[in-house]
Amino acid sequence: MTARQERLARLLMPWLTLGVLLLAWELACIVFDVPEIIAPRPSRVFEVAVQRWDLLLRFCLETLWTTLIGFALAIGFGLLLGLAIGASPFIYAGLYPLLIAFNAIPKVAIVPILMIWVGIGALPAVITAFVISFFPIVVNVATGLATIEPEMRDLLRSLGASHWEILTKVGIPRAMPYLFASLKVAATLAFVGSVLSETVGGNRGIGFLMLSASARNDSATTFAGLFAIAIMGVGVYAVCALIERRMTRWAFRGELVR
Amino acid sequence: MPPAPSPLVDLRNVSLAYGEGKDATLALGDATMSIAQGEFVAVVGPSGCGKSTLMKLVTGLIAPTSGEVWVRDARVTGPIKGVGMAFQNSTLMPWRTTRDNVMLPLEVVEPHKRRLRTDRAFYFDKAQKLLASVGLGEFGDKYPWQLSGGMQQRANVCRALIHEPQILMLDEPFGALDAFTREELWGIMQQLWLERRFTAVLVTHDLREAVFLADTVYVMSRRPGRIVKIRTVDLPRPRTLETTFTPAFVDIVHELRERIQLEHA
Ligand SMILES: Nc1ncnc2c1ncn2[C@@H]1O[C@H](COP(=O)(O)OP(=O)(O)OP(=O)(O)O)[C@@H](O)[C@H]1O
Ligand SMILES: [Mg+2]
Repeated sequence: MTARQERLARLLMPWLTLGVLLLAWELACIVFDVPEIIAPRPSRVFEVAVQRWDLLLRFCLETLWTTLIGFALAIGFGLLLGLAIGASPFIYAGLYPLLIAFNAIPKVAIVPILMIWVGIGALPAVITAFVISFFPIVVNVATGLATIEPEMRDLLRSLGASHWEILTKVGIPRAMPYLFASLKVAATLAFVGSVLSETVGGNRGIGFLMLSASARNDSATTFAGLFAIAIMGVGVYAVCALIERRMTRWAFRGELVR
Repeated sequence: MPPAPSPLVDLRNVSLAYGEGKDATLALGDATMSIAQGEFVAVVGPSGCGKSTLMKLVTGLIAPTSGEVWVRDARVTGPIKGVGMAFQNSTLMPWRTTRDNVMLPLEVVEPHKRRLRTDRAFYFDKAQKLLASVGLGEFGDKYPWQLSGGMQQRANVCRALIHEPQILMLDEPFGALDAFTREELWGIMQQLWLERRFTAVLVTHDLREAVFLADTVYVMSRRPGRIVKIRTVDLPRPRTLETTFTPAFVDIVHELRERIQLEHA
């Protein structure tokens, strides 16, 4: 195999796997004669998705927006908090246990509370996406900062650098690979958050669409919603991975760059 | 070298222990030395005897456990100004190109920090010349991890020099280099020193290097390091490779070697 063929094969592999899985599903549904209400055939899901694409698109975009806003907030807040925790042992000691405790709370439990506070609509979904996705960002950024080589800090100190200069010249660049690694996890978690909120209670977004479709025993539409979420998740993940490659080339010693 | 009336760097019975209580390691025990303004000092001694520690004490990066460090007639309590330091393990930042690494001190140290934006071209040129002088002229745009170990060390030295510090600390700066490149760099280093007359402290395991470059060689004992011998090198400058074959030079190297061998006995 030439290098080109190998690259092509690697590009095709995920699609091939997906195709085989869908085919197996399709066949299983036909062979075992599964009723559509339990598990619709993929071809049927596809058919429904095409039929109702405008509806799906509208609800998808609602979810995408709330997720992205929540995610963006999580990045901003997570970065700041992560830097604070990583830079100061006192803030670390004070906040870290609380963060762990907060992260242990199942987020389903807070959605009803959010609804009492801010009502239904986009806001609870944004907040849920935010709270569920900021934790990995904080932890990773703090780790990146806390594991700076002491020599590097000494170097800047010997030049008379201020704390701020040490943070901007070493801390932040050093934490970047950790930040981007966490973004890939956090992006998918943000979707979990917003859809969760939409499903628990709400009047918008793909979660709401799925809930109401399943209430009407329209499982094809429900599954179409599931696929839509998966596709959006992969899309946002891919964007994060792309930015990561661009921004932290050094961390991979150029390996990833082709 | 006429000794200055009051030394630039003055270490008074300095000792340093890492860790506390039972886990404490005494790295440096009772070191006393004084370095005059413009003096080139070399420190030699067995591995682990506290040479790197000594460097950090002089520049105020760590505080002594006991004793006092004085620089420019002021007691050192924190990192001092006007220092260029080449650490033992090259601490080049992997996210910066080699040139940007070399230019880092300019972004931090005044007055360069203020001028960097307006005189960008001037400083860029300066970095380029410095890199070229150690044979890295074409590697400015490469990342440190694209350089060999020896090339990284050379870039590391450039970074310590670029802001023209008054005190230069070099911790085994040429350790990873082949004999020829190393000797070439001795010449370059000596030339720089003759031009600018900064105060330099060089840690090395190479006795010929120490004698070639230094006015004074300090020999340290095994851990916990103490200073067991001070040897003044009064060979005329500029010293050349020829100098290293003269009996006077060889004698000094032998004398130092014999003293260090005692430490290994
Ligand atoms: N950060 C540290 N924490 C604890 N112990 C340390 C630390 N740095 C150095 N030491 C100890 O202090 C002693 C002196 O270390 P130092 O790095 O100064 O030696 P050195 O003379 O520079 O050796 P080498 O020639 O191998 O570089 C060593 O025994 C080492 O174990
Ligand atoms: Mg050392």
